Amino acid sequence: MEIIANGRGELIQPPDLEAFREWNRTQKSRKLIDKLMTEREAVEKFVFDGCYIGTELYGTVRCPMSITREVVRQRKKDLRVCGQGVAELDLWLAAGLVKKLDITYIGLEVYGTSFALRRAVESGQVETCVEWSNGAISWRMKAAAMGVPFIPVRAMLGSDTFNYSAAKVVNDPSTNLPVCLLPALILDVGLIHVHRADRFGNAQIDGITGFAFEMARASRRLIISAEEIVPTEEIRKQPDRTIIPYFLVDAVVHAPFGSHPGEMAYAYERDDVVYREWIEASKTADGAQAYLEKYIFDVKDHAAYLDLIGKSRLEQLVEQRERKE
Amino acid sequence: MICVAARLFQDGTTAFIGTGIPMLAAMLAMKTKAPNLVPVFEFGGTGAILEKLPRAVGEARTFHKAISASGICDTMETAQRGFIDYGFLGGAQIDCYGNLNSTTIGEHDRPKARLPGSGGGNDVGSLCWMTVAIMQHDKRRFVPQVDFITTPGFLSGAGAREKAGLPRGTGPVNVVSTLALMDYDKISCRMRLVATHPGVTVDDVIANTGFDLIIPEKVGVNAPPNVEELRLLREEIDPEKLYI
Repeated sequence: MEIIANGRGELIQPPDLEAFREWNRTQKSRKLIDKLMTEREAVEKFVFDGCYIGTELYGTVRCPMSITREVVRQRKKDLRVCGQGVAELDLWLAAGLVKKLDITYIGLEVYGTSFALRRAVESGQVETCVEWSNGAISWRMKAAAMGVPFIPVRAMLGSDTFNYSAAKVVNDPSTNLPVCLLPALILDVGLIHVHRADRFGNAQIDGITGFAFEMARASRRLIISAEEIVPTEEIRKQPDRTIIPYFLVDAVVHAPFGSHPGEMAYAYERDDVVYREWIEASKTADGAQAYLEKYIFDVKDHAAYLDLIGKSRLEQLVEQRERKE
Repeated sequence: MICVAARLFQDGTTAFIGTGIPMLAAMLAMKTKAPNLVPVFEFGGTGAILEKLPRAVGEARTFHKAISASGICDTMETAQRGFIDYGFLGGAQIDCYGNLNSTTIGEHDRPKARLPGSGGGNDVGSLCWMTVAIMQHDKRRFVPQVDFITTPGFLSGAGAREKAGLPRGTGPVNVVSTLALMDYDKISCRMRLVATHPGVTVDDVIANTGFDLIIPEKVGVNAPPNVEELRLLREEIDPEKLYI
């Protein structure tokens, strides 16, 4: 295949498929092992300085916020991050933990541009931003999930998003059409928050599944946080909802309101009071730091964080939730 | 602007809906001329009944009573297969060929302003049949050349999309701005004024556009929001006053 164009961005995490297969053969047990642990243990064990890490879902929706905050609390640094993130990546950027970004979208949606992103990138604190579309980053994980080196797509073509990515354009040998080849993305660590899981890691999501299916299968280490820990019989009652089977999972963390201040479909609504507090605080570096102190460094764990938010507030959020009807 | 955008939706079509004004426009369209519109939200909501205004593309309101709640690969692949008719997009800058920038102002590697990035924009602008940009209209936004082509319009002009490998027959069709409705000349692929909003003159539009906009002999005037459209927007669509 003739290469017509090369994106000039760095391939931050080159895929090694043989190593990934070997990893999956030797490092991922097929046995049912109890993986329930605290967020502190999970982050200590599986998140390391300089690792390539990603979070799912998007915006303020079903984000693994309790694990995200623990990563800040443990000051894991030089992170290489793939990002379609708002609430979680904003915190890492503000805490100065991010070295390199495969960026798709980091912004505050209706509230506009991310102040933390602007400061981190415009100051040069983030060394490199490699550009992708939301579709592209998910398809890159899909390629890894398929166990293949790349996936051809018809997006990205002709744009600067392509020019500043690490993709390639080739002439497809069968149709002779130019197609964009996205390199597979194998993450060192994936963080996914779900509605329920058993202690072995079988995990179920209600509502849209974003790119949880792909990320779970593209991650060498996978930390699941769950609103509810349920017996395996509950999982078996509706196996069609199991997006993530246990053998993909390395740690299971019980995290009720784990997406707070974001929302969780059918469970609780976004906490706009705390979210707006972040948006206001993040306008300055000092403000962001004060927020991190209040909500992360000054609380020892997720349970203490929930105490700080307060039971009545959390009950309100449950009351305001979108219902299935 | 919202009403003009809403009137562009055709009944019985599929449309990719982004955050903000496109959500308001889609809801208004579904309550007026396009009750059978199928809204598609990138993270998996397809065919939702939009009873409450979504504030984000992934939240539960985007799959409220939907026909399907899947994931982003599914929705983007649906567009890639040619099933999504319209895509509604925004950006910080647009040029005469409808190329959109939402990535950086200034040099990419040392930007004056780092913006959010493509999000689903590049996919939507690449893969949907027809894309509509919704923009605030001023010279900082309607520029001769965008600093960064986040989302492809007609790129450098006629034939450029196909040459780059983008699906045949796709591309921008309209721009709805705070001043006017625009489309694109079929031959040159350059942006053309169609109709101004009530109270806006052609000169106002020209003065606020940083490139040579094609001005046809006949420029229309968009109908103002009618009583029913205003009532729907204020009472049913955005009673929480998130946008209006």
